[in-house]
Amino acid sequence: MSAILETEALSKTFGAVTAAADIRLAFEREAVVSLIGANGAGKTTFLNMVTGYLRPDAGRIRFDGQDLVGRSPREITALGLSRSFQIPQLFQSLSVRENLLVAEGIAHAERVEQATDALLEKFDLASYAGRPAGLLPEGIRKLLDVAMALVAKPKLLLLDEPTSGVAADEKFGVMDLVMAAVRGQGVTVLFVEHDMEIVSRYAGRVVAFYDGRVIADGAPAQVLDAAEVRRYVIGEAHAAA
Amino acid sequence: MNVIEFLLALALAKGLVVLGLLLLMRTGLVSFGQGLYFGLGAYSAALLAHRAGIGDAALMILAGPACAAAVAAVLGLLLARYREIFFAMLSLAFSMILYGLLVKSAALGSTDGFNLHAKTFAGIALPAGVERRVFFAVSVVVVVLVGWALHRYLASHWGRLSAAIRDNELRVEYLGASVYRVVYVNYVIAAALAGLGGAFAALAVGHVDPETTYWTTSGEFVFIAILGGTGNVLAPFLSAALFEALRTVANQYAPNVWQMALGVAMLAIIMFLPGGLWTLMRRKTA
Repeated sequence: MSAILETEALSKTFGAVTAAADIRLAFEREAVVSLIGANGAGKTTFLNMVTGYLRPDAGRIRFDGQDLVGRSPREITALGLSRSFQIPQLFQSLSVRENLLVAEGIAHAERVEQATDALLEKFDLASYAGRPAGLLPEGIRKLLDVAMALVAKPKLLLLDEPTSGVAADEKFGVMDLVMAAVRGQGVTVLFVEHDMEIVSRYAGRVVAFYDGRVIADGAPAQVLDAAEVRRYVIGEAHAAA
Repeated sequence: MNVIEFLLALALAKGLVVLGLLLLMRTGLVSFGQGLYFGLGAYSAALLAHRAGIGDAALMILAGPACAAAVAAVLGLLLARYREIFFAMLSLAFSMILYGLLVKSAALGSTDGFNLHAKTFAGIALPAGVERRVFFAVSVVVVVLVGWALHRYLASHWGRLSAAIRDNELRVEYLGASVYRVVYVNYVIAAALAGLGGAFAALAVGHVDPETTYWTTSGEFVFIAILGGTGNVLAPFLSAALFEALRTVANQYAPNVWQMALGVAMLAIIMFLPGGLWTLMRRKTA
């Protein structure tokens, strides 16, 4: 099966800091892949280059046969690539329902009201439907952020730290809802994550970043056990614990 | 036409301009230059009668928003790229350019402006003495129709999208919509409303002058918008009526301190009713 997303020799620097150095990755359709790495390793820069927020200094990004470099986030979304954010990007003064209605309207969804009701149910958000997004607890904000990204029925969904800021006893619940929503939809999922429990449980493949480079790529058990990953990503003491 | 009818006619005309401001504010933009389109609407209506010899009020009323929208369609290409203080100041700059041109133009009456007179409405001759009453009645009908249309617009997807842009432009782009396009369309609609208000004001007063485009006129519209709030399409008209009434009374009884009184009123609104006077109506119905 051909890759849905491929990057070739992708590079990006910010002054003296190398955020991406010769990144060559390919992601199979319908895979669930986790991107891991310490802060500043280049995970979010990778996401930002793929979604058009940052332009790479060099290299190519191909998504479903289309070149993405130079395209705006709006054009990339239209091609079938959506994302959620580390800090949920919501419409704070609008209610949860209105947030989804905006997303449905932009996606030209048919029967917008019914589609919104279905999404509220799917993400367990119905009881928050009338509440302004600015007054939601973090776990619900994360879910709404992902639900809005899914409205466009993307082929590839990028999730930037979907459980950061979420209470420990809620993080699996959040991920279960997200994974249930994308299951059977033919969606490829790439998620950036710091929580190795989440990574082990939900990812079929793990890509580890360090200093703008890919230092390991493969099955979760294999990557999480690699010496460089234990040293630079997990931390030896934490890994031993 | 008595004084109250005249004040109401002015309030409706200014309310139309503020209705456009309400739309911009719902999109997160404040224009300090709506006087540009108010003046363009007034002058285009007046010039139709004064220079082109077309003294039909219906055509004059149509000329106002048409001219304003045409100019906004060009300026909007630039202004839709700017936000916050840059948008506010750039819009102010354009209105002051028109003010400068009008003041220097002897052919347009320079600082004195000129009078206008409509002889017919939609081809029907207007009997002497009732013209302004007819314009007032027409303005009431137009305000109801325009207010209803804007209410529907704000409740539609584009209205929600405008509020979404005010909250988070980045997310709107990542959902696949063009922020620029929505801002541009709203800017042109706001200009057309200001042009319509300008045409009605010119017909109500029977005179146009460069003051219509001056920055204090634009500031007055922003004042009325803040006074009423952006909670409902009725707010600009109620607020404009209150403003005109206050100004008339204050001018009569306290001509030297009325601006100070308005300043104090504005401070009180910002501190105690940041959503404008309309929030009082909402509380009452809640």
